[in-house]
Amino acid sequence: MIDLVDLYKIYKIGDSEIRALDGINLHIDKNEFVAIVGQSGSGKSTCMNMIGCLDIPTSGKFILNGKDASKLKEDELSEIRNLTLGFIFQQYNLISKLNVFENVELPLIYRGVEKNKRKKMVEESLERVDLTDRILNMPSQLSGGQQQRVSIARALSGNPPVILADEPTGALDSKTGAEVLELLKEINREGNTIVLITHDNFIAQQAKRIVRLHDGKIIEDKVLGVAENEL
Amino acid sequence: MNFKQSFILAIKSLRGSKMRSFLTMLGIIIGVASVILLVSLISGMAADMSESFESMGTNLISVNIRGRGGNITLNPKEMQELAEENPDSIAAVTPLVSINNATVKFEYNNMTTTCTGSNEYFPQIKNSTVESGRYISYLDVEKRQKTCVIGSYVKNELFENESPIGKQIKINGTAFTVVGVLAEKADSEESGDDDIVMIPYTSASRLSRMMSISNYSFSATSTETVEKAMEAINKKMSEVFSSTNYYSVFSASQALDQVNELMGTVTLVLVGVAAISLLVGGIGIMNIMLVSVTERTREIGIRKSLGAKRKDIMSQFVVEAATTSSVGGVIGIIFGVVSAYGIGSLLDMTVKPSFYAVIIAFSVSVIIGITFGYFPANKAAKMHPIDALRQD
Repeated sequence: MIDLVDLYKIYKIGDSEIRALDGINLHIDKNEFVAIVGQSGSGKSTCMNMIGCLDIPTSGKFILNGKDASKLKEDELSEIRNLTLGFIFQQYNLISKLNVFENVELPLIYRGVEKNKRKKMVEESLERVDLTDRILNMPSQLSGGQQQRVSIARALSGNPPVILADEPTGALDSKTGAEVLELLKEINREGNTIVLITHDNFIAQQAKRIVRLHDGKIIEDKVLGVAENEL
Repeated sequence: MNFKQSFILAIKSLRGSKMRSFLTMLGIIIGVASVILLVSLISGMAADMSESFESMGTNLISVNIRGRGGNITLNPKEMQELAEENPDSIAAVTPLVSINNATVKFEYNNMTTTCTGSNEYFPQIKNSTVESGRYISYLDVEKRQKTCVIGSYVKNELFENESPIGKQIKINGTAFTVVGVLAEKADSEESGDDDIVMIPYTSASRLSRMMSISNYSFSATSTETVEKAMEAINKKMSEVFSSTNYYSVFSASQALDQVNELMGTVTLVLVGVAAISLLVGGIGIMNIMLVSVTERTREIGIRKSLGAKRKDIMSQFVVEAATTSSVGGVIGIIFGVVSAYGIGSLLDMTVKPSFYAVIIAFSVSVIIGITFGYFPANKAAKMHPIDALRQD
């Protein structure tokens, strides 16, 4: 599903260089639930940008769904993002001028899905996050937890195989955070691959596998047992 | 992302910040409104002038001889010969001898009017018709008869309900017999075309003690032959007179052309000024769009992360700019037409809003939106998704 092979991302600032990703090798299978954990500056954000096709590596290969995405042009990356990835951000990143329906509809518009089919897909997706009664609300009229559920619906609307969640509970209280995590687990059970980026070890425990980054290198990669998972 | 969606989105973002949208549009509104207003007023003015020249008769050619003192070397006979030599272009000619402020008296009624001497061709040349009686004849002219034909205004002033035919009136003290009445031409108003007394030009020269005749009116066979007739007249004139200072040849259709040409130039200059205002309006739009792109950096990042391509972002912003400017254009058109009619009725001017001006003004405002929206839109489209997402 996702393959990072000898991946380097090096930023040059003046004469010094910063190795944000320093030779990463990572394989994620279909239907996995992986948490990428690390302190700030560990390279986890850069790693997420790579997996999210938002950035291209300095060297190495990034293979997503059998396609090498490391040498693609911007518009081709846009297309891959649209077809294979669903993003969930810490700050929800809903467009404030659009209502719930229109926000969830956006990825389908960019994919060029026909109108009636689009409506059906948006409704299905909102049903999965249990927000069908909020369809015409503006994001500002919703609570943080509801907004995050809208953004999950948006990530799901195009049925992408991979969901990429960047600190999805970071802006939520622990109770709604737990609800969001539960929702992610459910989505994972329904067949989506989930990559969760977090600095919080406790949240990472909710995943099936933890990959720990430090200074651009993987320092730990462990699959969690059922017992640990239920902790 | 198709045009319709971009358009709906653009309308939404215009409605979202009404004051800013209005101020952005203001330049376009003023530019378009002033184009429409100026063009409407100028074409109204041109139509008025054309109408007044046309009422003079577009076939009409006036010749004025200033001569050198008393040495006039062209007489009515020679002018008549000139007309007969060019039958394909010149239809008729009449000498005109005007006695301004002539006192006309019938019994106890008297008035001041213009008394003009002509030959029998006058009605044909001036497009006048005789309502009752007859016009001055060839014989009246030859025999210097004291006959006259009066305009409808003079008839109303002197005769009220009586029939004037066969009555004697006194012009500057000399008795003339009224033989006809001219049909009303210009609402029978004072000092209009109906405030006139016509007599044989031979009698008029005697009455005014002017032996030389300096004014002639020619009529061309049609509007198309005016130029040819003028050529023939000018040729004859240049044979007789050594310099064009001694005579002038003027035609209403030529004057009309000159008026139209002048109005065209004036329109062009004013439209040029208005175009500068449209340009400034366009720069205003570009300025606001650049601000808008910066403000919406995050939105652009989100859209890109969801799969928007460059062209999607590009079209969103270009359509938004074009929508802003074309909404401004429509408001400007409405404002321009309304204020043109307002000013028209206030100053009693004819207003002719031109359909083409409206179409052109609208297209120009759309084009301005697209042109000045392009640069900000391109800036937005080129944003890198990570940088855009990182921005707060």
